[in-house]
Amino acid sequence: MRSNHWLNPGLLLASVVAIFAACLLGSTSLPADRVLAAFFGGADAGDRLVVWAIRLPRALAAFLVGAALGISGAALQGLLRNPLAEPGVLGVSATASLAATFSLYYGLVALGPWILPVFAILGALSATALLALAAIRTRSVVTLVLIGVGLSSFSGALMSLMMNLAPNPFSLSDMISWMLGSVANRSFQEIIFVVPFLIAGTAILLVTGRGLSALTLGEEAASGVGLNLRNQRIFTVLGAGLATGASVALAGAIGFVGIVAPHIIRPFVGHDPARSLVPSALLAGLFLVVADIGVRLIPTDIEMKLGVVAALIGAPVFVWIAMQRRSVND
Amino acid sequence: MTELVVQDLTVQVKDATLVDAASFSLSPGEFVVLLGPNGAGKTSLIRASLGLERTAQGNATLGGEITTQLSPIERARRVAYLPQIRPLAWPNFVRDVVALGRFSHGAAIGRLNADDAAAVDRALAACDLTHLAHRRADTLSGGELARMHCARAFAAEAPLLVADEPIAALDPRHQFRILDMITDYVKSGGGALVVLHDIQLAARYATRLIWMKQGQIVSDGSPTNTLTSQQLNSIYGIRAKVDGLRIDMEGPV
Repeated sequence: MRSNHWLNPGLLLASVVAIFAACLLGSTSLPADRVLAAFFGGADAGDRLVVWAIRLPRALAAFLVGAALGISGAALQGLLRNPLAEPGVLGVSATASLAATFSLYYGLVALGPWILPVFAILGALSATALLALAAIRTRSVVTLVLIGVGLSSFSGALMSLMMNLAPNPFSLSDMISWMLGSVANRSFQEIIFVVPFLIAGTAILLVTGRGLSALTLGEEAASGVGLNLRNQRIFTVLGAGLATGASVALAGAIGFVGIVAPHIIRPFVGHDPARSLVPSALLAGLFLVVADIGVRLIPTDIEMKLGVVAALIGAPVFVWIAMQRRSVND
Repeated sequence: MTELVVQDLTVQVKDATLVDAASFSLSPGEFVVLLGPNGAGKTSLIRASLGLERTAQGNATLGGEITTQLSPIERARRVAYLPQIRPLAWPNFVRDVVALGRFSHGAAIGRLNADDAAAVDRALAACDLTHLAHRRADTLSGGELARMHCARAFAAEAPLLVADEPIAALDPRHQFRILDMITDYVKSGGGALVVLHDIQLAARYATRLIWMKQGQIVSDGSPTNTLTSQQLNSIYGIRAKVDGLRIDMEGPV
């Protein structure tokens, strides 16, 4: 009944521990005392470089990307009243990475460091807005998911087209990175440029979260208890678009994280969409940090992409959740 | 005093006129039942009265203000609206669902303030749900679900209640229980407008009956004055003998 008080602090603590562990582990693992010394400016220059320039930004990027996808997934699930809604499944991530790739392909990124995040976010917003419009017209969530599949495929096709026409192998490998999703080689500077969008999106979702609880009753009854449906749709779409766009700008398209985390969290918060927002963000962040540690530790010749690992775990969970659903309200 | 006053209200969708120049009022202390066959426009009339549907003509006021100009929160504080029951999106706890009735008072269901929590407890008690408060809604029977939705509407503690077929698909005992709850609400000073299909129950519980047919309100008055065999014949197309408030239905015309 009462939401579990240990849930958020516990997840936060676990995330901090995981980020710290990510600084210890790697091709050459550092002992804890050397990492701690590097954190506080001691230790030798090599250690500081490894921790501050490579491992910490990478782990933080993984956490932020996960958190953004987790909270977007939880919010979209609340808005659409369906546990299968998620930025990846609904084609929001794909559209965002298409827009980001577009700005890379045409060299627009040279205009300034804001260009890429802005393009990714515009891509995400246009996809979420389209979905919200469709959600007004159709009551069937299956239709929405199908529209998402269509969006994903179309964005994928345009991506393939750009790859097809890619002028040189470097831009080709750049684009593949975007499609597969990765947080390798991220710097604090890149993080700083997306954080404002991420904070804005998260804040919008948290402030308007209460309305998602009311939507549990269905739209008619929700407006009966005093919910402004139009504003709720606009703000959830805006918040999820900003957060997802920011995550894509940082890591490319990483799917299914936003589905797994809220699904695990929901029973612990009495299935209340509003109360699932924060713990879903923390759990999804934790999940990506741990998955990224795995990516770095698994000895493959070419490093696996984080998005590939996330999909390998997340896609079967998606299928499992879909099969569990009784056809109640579709 | 919060009163719902509907004047000359017309609802049109494309070429079809769903509600045709309907006028009525609902005041605290009244238990008004809206009767009419399927497709008579009852739900459209209710929704348009509450400002939830576009009107072609006429207007509705709640406590003197035009409903389409009220914000959803202001409207919800004046009238608790119980639409036809739809399944919940998530298997929430009963108490949390009832707490959603406090939405217009700013409550978030995770953290209720003392006033909200007290109102939720009163609503749970009024609907005999206290022992089920910590159950998940997907484990309830149809009758218990209907009580939960009533409790959700009562928790708002709004002066008016509008309920669309609150006893559809319930067993007779639960039909009586739900209507008794609404009667208690009316006795404590509320005003209720309820859509029913059971004419016998409507006659027994209502202080006033509003009869609708093909988008028009054809009759509005006390059960003793408006419940006649001619009325049943012209509204529903059935043959029936009426003796006081007792109805003996014999078949279609």
